Amino acid sequence: MPRQRSLFDIIGPVMIGPSSSHTAGAARLGALARAIVGGTPRRARVTLHGSFATTGRGHGTDRALAAGLLGMRPDDERLPDALELANASGLEVTFVSGDLGDVHPNTARLELTDAFGRAHLVQGSSLGGGDVVVTLIDDFPVEVTGELPLLVVVHHDQPGVVAAVTARLAADVINIASMQVSRERRGARALMLIETDERVPDEAIAGIAAIDGVVEVRSVPAV
Amino acid sequence: MSYASFAELLAAADDHGSISAAAIALECEETGADEAQVIARLSDALAVMEAAVERGLSEELRSRSDLVGRSGRALAASAPRLTDATFATALSRALAGAEVNACMGRVVAAPTGGASGVLPAVLLTAAERLGAPRERVVAALAAAGAVGGVIAARATLSGAAGGCQAETGAAAAMAAAAAVELAGGTPEQSGHAAAFALQGLLGLVCDPVGGLVEVPCVARNATAVAVALAAIEMALGGLAFPIPVDEVIDAMGHVGRSLPPSLRETALGGLAATPTGRTLASSLASGYRPHSDEGE
Repeated sequence: MPRQRSLFDIIGPVMIGPSSSHTAGAARLGALARAIVGGTPRRARVTLHGSFATTGRGHGTDRALAAGLLGMRPDDERLPDALELANASGLEVTFVSGDLGDVHPNTARLELTDAFGRAHLVQGSSLGGGDVVVTLIDDFPVEVTGELPLLVVVHHDQPGVVAAVTARLAADVINIASMQVSRERRGARALMLIETDERVPDEAIAGIAAIDGVVEVRSVPAV
Repeated sequence: MSYASFAELLAAADDHGSISAAAIALECEETGADEAQVIARLSDALAVMEAAVERGLSEELRSRSDLVGRSGRALAASAPRLTDATFATALSRALAGAEVNACMGRVVAAPTGGASGVLPAVLLTAAERLGAPRERVVAALAAAGAVGGVIAARATLSGAAGGCQAETGAAAAMAAAAAVELAGGTPEQSGHAAAFALQGLLGLVCDPVGGLVEVPCVARNATAVAVALAAIEMALGGLAFPIPVDEVIDAMGHVGRSLPPSLRETALGGLAATPTGRTLASSLASGYRPHSDEGE
């Protein structure tokens, strides 16, 4: 059972049916993936695993994932038409079934090509009740729930970057709720994920982007 | 977080005057929202429920699989033979709400999408019958949420974890407790109503044909409403269920954990495994079968 945060986890969420895990959760995963890659992708190749593969179509899992990739919320009444809307808006989305190994039964792997032609990978699972977790961004194992605003900071693995980023947030009195740092290998590309209690203002994001060693910063709102 | 037990909720209801007031107070305390914000959000949820039921009763809905649709409308057009208009209206509203969910319409998952027809059917019908003002119906939603929170904390609200008793059973308990408050019953009577409802659906398995939230889910929303209405009448009539509701909820959790996986949303047992269930599953509209396997 997902943890109960509020009365509105019981009287809610407001969503497009039929299933909070297969539909609302899938829409949130799509929306998280979209924000993580910095906008609606040009192409998406989605591998559906487990129960997402076997009963996903009947629950609109494919439509919900596409809706999320287009930036719709789980209660957007256009969600049932998301595949057609994706087509019309130039998002080429394809779905296949596949075995993703020892992962949650409701898991999707999204291979995305962004507006600049760059390839990204986002993998995540729908845990029930609309709760989700992104477990993989590119080659980095992560744990992102989309419940709080998130900063995705791609940087070089060099001393001082983490301290400079957190100092910049502290200067704006932004409280860090969680932080994950991982790297490809020593001295190579690294990824910093910072969940914050409040949305990080644009000036602070620009300030972080300007820090020596930071390659790219993306701001992912709560979904 | 939710109240950990109905006993704790009852004590808070004594302090705050009602179950709904206790629920709203805890929400404010836990989330930092003020009372007006919580009530506004509940009111929005009620509006979504009303719109879903209205849509299910007025539109020619059919699910993409073609297994369900239009039954709420059909029942609303048929005069009841043995029961009264209130009862029949509640049933048709439950079907309509559940069909909107199955047909990819907008609903409040309360507590889940699959059981989303129960609470609107009971509350809207009770409000109409009692002539209750809208703000009291909004408050009743908070009472329903508090009872659902106790069930989530002590057992589960997931069909995959606990079977249909955890979805439509929980929904019936939530709806019964809330309607008793709406009708002027005491918090203790709300507890008995929840216990009567949950005991009536104890052990109910989750066996969706083809794995879809359609058959028997839509019909089960209506039968859960019937159980909720029975529970409401018994509780308001002064009957007390001898097992305290917290223990009934615990029993539901134990029964859920004892159910074999084939009866917990996997579509491998129960009605899904009947000859007709299997035939229906294999004849689903071709677009709704699983995706082809990766040919690599």
